[in-house]
Amino acid sequence: MAHEHKLEIFRGRWKFKSNTEKIWGVLAFLTFITVVEVVLGIYKPDVFMHTWMDPLEGGFFATIGNIILSPIVYMKPLNLIFIVLTIIKAYYIAWDFMHLRDETGSMRKMIVWTAVFLICYLMFILLQEGGYVFNVYNGEDALIKHNF
Amino acid sequence: MDSTVASTGTEEKTWGGGNKPLKASYGKMMMWFFIVSDALTFSGFLAAYGFSRFKFINEWPIADEVFTHVPFLHGQELPMIYVAFMTFILIMSSVTMVLAVDAGHHMNKAKVTIYMFLTIIGGAIFVGSQAWEWATFIQGDYGAVQTKGGNILQFGEYVTVDGEEKFKRVSIEDLAIAQASDRVDHERKNGLWFVDEGTLPLYTVNEIYAGLEANENVLVRNQFLDENGHKTVLSRAESLKQIKENGKLVVKGANLQVNEYGTTLFADFFFFITGFHGFHVLSGVIINIIIFFNVILGTYERRGSYEMVEKVGLYWHFVDLVWVFVFTFFYLV
Repeated sequence: MAHEHKLEIFRGRWKFKSNTEKIWGVLAFLTFITVVEVVLGIYKPDVFMHTWMDPLEGGFFATIGNIILSPIVYMKPLNLIFIVLTIIKAYYIAWDFMHLRDETGSMRKMIVWTAVFLICYLMFILLQEGGYVFNVYNGEDALIKHNF
Repeated sequence: MDSTVASTGTEEKTWGGGNKPLKASYGKMMMWFFIVSDALTFSGFLAAYGFSRFKFINEWPIADEVFTHVPFLHGQELPMIYVAFMTFILIMSSVTMVLAVDAGHHMNKAKVTIYMFLTIIGGAIFVGSQAWEWATFIQGDYGAVQTKGGNILQFGEYVTVDGEEKFKRVSIEDLAIAQASDRVDHERKNGLWFVDEGTLPLYTVNEIYAGLEANENVLVRNQFLDENGHKTVLSRAESLKQIKENGKLVVKGANLQVNEYGTTLFADFFFFITGFHGFHVLSGVIINIIIFFNVILGTYERRGSYEMVEKVGLYWHFVDLVWVFVFTFFYLV
């Protein structure tokens, strides 16, 4: 088995002398991100609590635009930050702890692209549907009365 | 025994075996296949959670109000702290696992043993913490009244802390005033043949109503969020009316049928997803223990390769990876 490790993260901006050192470096980075998440989660700064952009109004293209921009239009910036930080953490866990960085490129793509594509697809469908069901219950022309 | 690492077949021919597609061994590739499919299972669960949450977006419980407890610190509201600790433990045990894999590459048996041991300890702490988290959630803290429609009505009063008006929760224990009632726990010796019922709720709705009437400053809040993301607090008259007309059951804590914090689905998904993840951690710990003993016995030393540690490591990191997402979607977002 070959044990060559790629000993740099952040596209070569942070280089390590040995694999062990890289592991500790990645731990420091992951801990830092978790601390940021926890601090934001406890203090919830007001700036991040309201969406920065209102949904587009208009016809078909506005709807398409809203779907494409949905992370900005419908999501609180704080939640968007959390999700982005989570994906960053997931990236470093997979790339350095699960040493995907050291695998063949095609192996890496086989794993990541498959999962990412299917998960995005599933998320889009179910969240879209969930939003629709919410409108069926709570929209202006809702036919269903909420039973208290 | 050697089948996991030794190459068989004629090496010269492409189809003769002994080839490693994508330069990964058979076992490692199969572990990756499993991980990808398991990741899809988890994302299916999380997507279903997202669906239900979007469906009840204006009444979903606020995680910061649910998970506020830290062991040994009674009565303090410290959201996020304990779960951050759990996350850190899991990441830390992931690190010791990579260090074990790395030591394995250098055929350093002593180091692999130590790091595997630390990984197992980390996993055990995590599972234990999760058990505590579950127990606290099941036990609940303030209690609430469930309405006919399955909505939750909680109690509290406005108090001024440091010049800021805050809604402070009031526990049903402090509120209820005992009332004469002829509703007794049905036991199997009475009447119906071999039929009994589960424990009755601690209090009846009438007792809570009497308590609410007696305490002028206590108000009811329902599970619907206002435009600032806080739950709606009803007026005094409305509070009394809601409990009187719609109150049906006094609930404390959460289980698969009721949830004092709000929508029951929240509790269902919490138990299901963290339970499924906890089961993964548990099985990971057990597999780690097996590998740990194999390391001690020198199995991999004789085999000439510690690749098995690496494969188990992949699974262990995957469990960590899933937790990162569970943490975000249950506690942060």
